[in-house]
Amino acid sequence: MPGPIQSIERAAAALRLLAAAPEGLGVVELGTALGLAKTTAHGILRTLVEVGFVEQDDHARYRVSADLADLGRPRIDANDLRAQAVNWADSLASRTGEAVRLAVLAEGRAIVVHHVFRPDDSRQELEVGTSLPAHACALGKVLLAWSVGGRRRRERLPALTQRTIVDPAVLGRTLAAVREQGWALDVEELAAGTASIAAPVRDRGGLVVGALGIDGESERLVDTRGRPRAGLVPAVRQSARAVSRGLGARGG
Amino acid sequence: MATERQADERPEHRGYVAAIDQGTTSTRCILFDHAGRLVAVAQREHRQHYPRPGWVEHDAAEIWRNVARLVPQAMAQVDAGGGDVVAIGIANQRETVVAWDRRTGVPVANAVVWQDTRTADLVDAYAADGGTDRFAAACGLPLTTYFAAPRMRWLLDEVPGLRRRAEAGEVLFGTIDSWLVWNLTGGPDGGTHVTDVTNASRTMLMDLRTLDYSPQMLEEFGVPRAALPEIRSSSEVYGTARTVVPGARIGAALGDQQAALFGQTCFSPGEAKCTYGTGGFLLMNTGTEITRSSHGLLTTVAHRIGGEPPVYALEGSIAVTGSLVQWLRDNLGIISTAPEVETLARTVPDNGGCYFVPAFSGLFAPHWRSEARGLIVGLTSFVTRGHIARAALEASAWQTREVVEAMDADSGLRLASLRVDGGMTSNNLLMQTVADVLDAPVVRPMVSETVSLGAAYAAGLAVGFWPDTQALRRRWHRAAQWEPTMDSATRARGWEDWQEAVQRTFGWIRH
Repeated sequence: MPGPIQSIERAAAALRLLAAAPEGLGVVELGTALGLAKTTAHGILRTLVEVGFVEQDDHARYRVSADLADLGRPRIDANDLRAQAVNWADSLASRTGEAVRLAVLAEGRAIVVHHVFRPDDSRQELEVGTSLPAHACALGKVLLAWSVGGRRRRERLPALTQRTIVDPAVLGRTLAAVREQGWALDVEELAAGTASIAAPVRDRGGLVVGALGIDGESERLVDTRGRPRAGLVPAVRQSARAVSRGLGARGG
Repeated sequence: MATERQADERPEHRGYVAAIDQGTTSTRCILFDHAGRLVAVAQREHRQHYPRPGWVEHDAAEIWRNVARLVPQAMAQVDAGGGDVVAIGIANQRETVVAWDRRTGVPVANAVVWQDTRTADLVDAYAADGGTDRFAAACGLPLTTYFAAPRMRWLLDEVPGLRRRAEAGEVLFGTIDSWLVWNLTGGPDGGTHVTDVTNASRTMLMDLRTLDYSPQMLEEFGVPRAALPEIRSSSEVYGTARTVVPGARIGAALGDQQAALFGQTCFSPGEAKCTYGTGGFLLMNTGTEITRSSHGLLTTVAHRIGGEPPVYALEGSIAVTGSLVQWLRDNLGIISTAPEVETLARTVPDNGGCYFVPAFSGLFAPHWRSEARGLIVGLTSFVTRGHIARAALEASAWQTREVVEAMDADSGLRLASLRVDGGMTSNNLLMQTVADVLDAPVVRPMVSETVSLGAAYAAGLAVGFWPDTQALRRRWHRAAQWEPTMDSATRARGWEDWQEAVQRTFGWIRH
């Protein structure tokens, strides 16, 4: 049996220290506490940030992320999630006039666990169980933005249309913006002529467990400059928050 | 569609209808806007009292307190003031009986709930003289413990002094709708004592043709007329609230299943819906003529809008659907939440030869076998809890088919598609299975809270918030549709197996 791996021991020690410091720690403080050179401490922290266990704030202080605290908790069952979301998904479809989907992340893809038809009584197929490429739709971007390790992609991503984000660095910046603004948009990145808007659904602990969103013809969802039409983003975010409240999440 | 996105600012379209859905396990207040959209929900469970085996009671005072608390809670979610509630509509658990003191408003006993079977001996005694269908011509219902009149008789016989007080006009009887309207309109201080035709049609005391109390049935059950509420239509202003939302008009009351039929906008003969909750309730609009069943269905009033002619319905109820999932959760512990039953059932591709007939307290429509008891058959060492979960879901689907076949036979029509609602419609596997075994599409509407929606629609009609039923129909939209995918040989074999399993539950309780 091989001996202990030094870098993992150091990472574990760093996590213990960070977990005990609610105000966060700087690189130098952490290095000093662990007896490590600043570059070594920095390397450990950068890696922990990449895998989503540690967050860095605006003042270059590091602290453990919510993801880490949620690591040992069982995830909500997708069928439970649907049962909680049905009323608000209906209400969202009715308010926006668009189809609504609820998705969870599985193996890097967005799996549709609930689907409400666009309320125009046209013929539509139920798409529950469909799996979508996460980088190319609003639902998937929301799920990736808050997933552990979801931001760490290095290979080029498959293009579905000319507008699909294929550069992992661009995706990383997009996901950072999604985290910042609290919702995601896709304009003709999954399929020509369609757009989607989604927001996170959080559980009691604040962990993002799903994404709720609308999708439809891009000319109905966005203006000529590709910006969401008035009222749609608030409607999506309010509905996602209402589902989150049902799951026990506070505020929103 | 662009106009629908904007908040409706036309003054006559502003405001909300508050629906109170007073159910068996919980009470909810849901607010709907003019577009028929759900905008706020507040919910609270109430205690179930089981004083003896087979007895089920509720504290009516607790239910009223919950209503008084929930309506303002729902209003607060959208910052609504009293003036924003244009009407209140009530949908309620049916056949549950409350009796209370007219002067104090205090119930004289716990409410006796529709599931309660304490009247079994009483009902047997009535049936011994003329059979269970001896009153069906007058009231449309067979003699069972399910309906309200035997409960009223039981209370009058068993609560000391109650008969004398009821005859003297000191005590009022009613179903939950009457209790809530009386309290909302002032209670001891001039409360209005009314019920609607749909609730009255579940008592056994109302003549289906005259829509008034049948003197013969009052005599049979010994219920003093003075203690009973006046029977009104389902959609009219019964009075104005003097508490909770003072000034709001109370515009509707319907039994919950009739409210769901209304909420699904099944306004034409032949239109039907099935609500999947604790039990399953399939109702079909049969128009303004009374249709009698020869296949074990009940004849009931669907609704009556103001002074219009009443609309009737055939009803087939399944005693156990959602409650079987709760049983898997609470009694077997093979799932931790109800929706997880789908996750567990999907761990296997089929039922593995296992069938589950949940005749926990006998079977309702179309069998009406009170002596049947539940069974799981086809067990082999191959069967896992996944198969049992699947068999449990399939049971709801096969029982739906039994009722649909009875309905087709009575109405002479073949159901083209089934509209569904209720909590279990979020179970995709169940909905797909229903479509498969019926060999017909299953359609879920945009608002699956059809019980509340129906109460809101009926109340909104009464106050002119919506002009007519056509306007309500336009608000119905398809939210999901499941198409049958099962091959006919599999369907036929499963149906045969199911019927065989049902036969084996009969006669288990031997007197």
